[in-house]
Amino acid sequence: MATSRRQFIKISAVGAGSLALAGTAFDLAKGSSLLNKISSSGKEEPTRTPTYCEICFWQCAGWVYKDEDGNIQKIVGNDDDQHCNGRFCPRGTGGVGQYNDEDRLKTPLIRTREGDKEAFREASWDEALDYIAGKMRSIAQKHGPECVALFTHGSGGAHFGQMMKAFGSASIAAPSFAQCRGPREVGFLTTFGDIIYSPERIDIRDTRCMVLIGSHLGENMHNGQVQEMSDAIDKGATIITVDPRFSTAAGKSKYWLPIKPATDLALLLSWIHVIIENEWYDKDYVERYTVGFEQLKEHVKTFTPEWAYGITTIDPNVIRETAREMHNAAPSVIVNPGRHVTWYGDDTQRLRAVAILTALLGSWGRRGGYYKPEKLHLPNYPVPPFPEPKRSPIQAYEGKYTLANEVVANGLCDATIPTVDRSCNYKAWIVNGTNLLAAFPNQANTLKAIEALELLVVVDTMPVEITGYADVVLPECTYLERYDMLRNSNHRQPNLALRMPAAEPKYNTKPASWIAQELAGKLGLSAWFPWKNIEEMLDWQLKEMGSSLEEMKRIGVKNFPREADDLYFAPGEEVVFNTTSGKIELYSSDMESAGFEPLPIYTAHEEPPEGYYRLNYGRAPMHTFSRTANNPNLTDLMDENVLWVNPKVAKLWGLETGQYVKLKNQDEKVSTFAIKVRVTERIRWDSVYMVHGFGHNNKKLSRAHGRGINDTEMITRVHIDPVMGGTGMRGNFVTFITDFVKEGKEAEA
Amino acid sequence: MRYAMAVDTKKCVGCSDCVVACQTENNVPIGFCRDWIVEVTDGTYPQLEVEIRSERCNHCENSPCVRCCPTGASHYAEGGVVLVTPHKCIGCGACIASCPYDARYPHPDGHVDKCTFCLHNRVEKGLDPACVSVCPTKCMYFGDLDDPNSPVSKVLKTRKYKTLIPEAGTNPQLYFLI
Repeated sequence: MATSRRQFIKISAVGAGSLALAGTAFDLAKGSSLLNKISSSGKEEPTRTPTYCEICFWQCAGWVYKDEDGNIQKIVGNDDDQHCNGRFCPRGTGGVGQYNDEDRLKTPLIRTREGDKEAFREASWDEALDYIAGKMRSIAQKHGPECVALFTHGSGGAHFGQMMKAFGSASIAAPSFAQCRGPREVGFLTTFGDIIYSPERIDIRDTRCMVLIGSHLGENMHNGQVQEMSDAIDKGATIITVDPRFSTAAGKSKYWLPIKPATDLALLLSWIHVIIENEWYDKDYVERYTVGFEQLKEHVKTFTPEWAYGITTIDPNVIRETAREMHNAAPSVIVNPGRHVTWYGDDTQRLRAVAILTALLGSWGRRGGYYKPEKLHLPNYPVPPFPEPKRSPIQAYEGKYTLANEVVANGLCDATIPTVDRSCNYKAWIVNGTNLLAAFPNQANTLKAIEALELLVVVDTMPVEITGYADVVLPECTYLERYDMLRNSNHRQPNLALRMPAAEPKYNTKPASWIAQELAGKLGLSAWFPWKNIEEMLDWQLKEMGSSLEEMKRIGVKNFPREADDLYFAPGEEVVFNTTSGKIELYSSDMESAGFEPLPIYTAHEEPPEGYYRLNYGRAPMHTFSRTANNPNLTDLMDENVLWVNPKVAKLWGLETGQYVKLKNQDEKVSTFAIKVRVTERIRWDSVYMVHGFGHNNKKLSRAHGRGINDTEMITRVHIDPVMGGTGMRGNFVTFITDFVKEGKEAEA
Repeated sequence: MRYAMAVDTKKCVGCSDCVVACQTENNVPIGFCRDWIVEVTDGTYPQLEVEIRSERCNHCENSPCVRCCPTGASHYAEGGVVLVTPHKCIGCGACIASCPYDARYPHPDGHVDKCTFCLHNRVEKGLDPACVSVCPTKCMYFGDLDDPNSPVSKVLKTRKYKTLIPEAGTNPQLYFLI
């Protein structure tokens, strides 16, 4: 049997104590403004420091409060922040658990090999960064600096991105595009010439009707959106939820459409048909702003509700009635574009249909529909021009995914696996804040890519699975222990938010800003990090905006006046859209010239074989991806995922609530762990459902290990969206294994 | 003065923010909670309804826990809030057994603990209880029922509501908007 070049190593905690102590002494010697606040009695005066949250991408701004012993007690929202309006979600409130988690990565680790035995040894920061710099230099000499790729999700990306660009690589990717929201950005870009942004530019607070398609707000805790949905419910807005599962949002909805999975596009086309046939579209808006209406009308002629009924199982009358609801509410209607929309491989086309419906209802640029967001033009601290990279990341997937407007992370992963037809492969990955083994489907493919690397550096706070494959593991401190770049987000009003440390970094951990700057120094790239420290750089930026670091430490969030007068189009306003035609393209010339269908068409997707059920997955409000599964405060709320099973299916298989089962998918992949069954009427008989992010297999995650099933492990079949490279993950089917050796938590049950 | 709380089941999404905010505000040890989420599903697919409730001590006007407490640790405080004085509590657990809402738990420090409506640490300072102030859906209303302009008085005037296990005769002061 061929042994892997790269054995999975479980992070060792042995001996970390001594190094951690050394780290603390080092920090103390540097001195700290926080430590200065300690009074002679040894008690710290209660303080609050500003931060913005890093538990998810919503990045709500808040205040960190410490008790009189100097311990972080609680984190609450900043009233001036448009992302949270003073109210954090459970994850942000429980963010202190990330700081307190005793399973955190504590000191740098370097992989050592003795014979066929591999282990991590603890290293000083200097040694670890020297090691990385040496390897990066040799890769640059042999293959070119562009053969180093950065995968990042979160605030560290800006710091490591700066280092990468200075080094000569533009291959910087986040799984938030092709594993998540990419199809909607491309779907709207090709229609309206603009994207949705994050937080989404949807005007939920003033909407009269919101349509959720597989988007489970409330379980998906997009803070500002959940808040505004609640306001909209108060004001009597109609909510229409399309979901095979009776989600929390479905429970708040006037209409729940229990759609057959994988048929959403047929429903959308039928709604377009009904709205055009009944002339329920906004005629003035369509005439003034759009092109391709006649082609669209012709295209959807046959997509009657009766046609859609046979596909979606949704009653034709309900299709008509819900279309009328949208029409009645228009233009204050939101057909919600969702966020994680990489489902079946034709996702950009489905989101195109959402965009077309949005245009017909005239809700783009209208109150209660889509507003015009603004962000600040925040200057960057002056640095020399970056070297021109020899290759663009797009060349990694030459000729494919031509309409992707961001780097396709899985494209870079694939281009790491050596093949005869590819001249360049990536030789090194720096992975920051994303557990790629849970983020990318088809784990075998990811491992194959990792196997081919000469260097894998993982920068994280927790011993997530990918750390086990690293050559060097760098422990970054949590967001509560560091500065980061200013949060500069698109919103109703331009705004800035500051994150500053509420506490000194625990153990021998460091902020990403420091790590990137030190590594750049060792690579001879200090010219691109000319600031003494990040405070100096932030203060420079803030002064350019008429503020200062000192002011932001006091207020945390600063909102600025808008440049444009209004959030919405004025009546009759002439608008030039950033599309080829300058109009809203119902018929997309970009799609057509790239060789894709200019108008969305429905294609049937594969259905589960007998005895198998479609694997659907989603979110729980108290967890983010796989990154919170070990957080002591949040696992206290939910410590494992469960498998939703329809009672009819349960009866067939003799399953009962509370029983543990393993799963096997269509490719004979058997889950590593077992999952607890929840028999519930709230799911269709043709699918099962679980929350993503559980089933960790690193024992060093003491609260997360072996709890539930990792849905990503079961997603071995991926339907790639040819338009933008999205990894469609909802085409996998599972069956139950009830006869297995019980170990771990299920044995206790 | 009569403190009370109303929870809007039409808006609550069961996110548990109230639970974790209470834990961090009141130093509730991990593994215990003073408030929690209940989800009740009715019907068969696809004719379904779900009710989600954030539950806690009902601060009953006729509290079995106060009545059965042998030491007087459980008592009525300002505004009818039911509190436990930790140093008077011997941890006998009679109150835990008597509560129809299962709202009390044995604190690892040896006394019984439960929701206080954040009376001393927040309400007396003019703040809402931690759960009310954090809730992303703003589904909770708190205040004095004797004040017709308090948020809880106002919402109970306009909305249909219920209490839990009214047949227990405890006269609970936690209302659920339905």
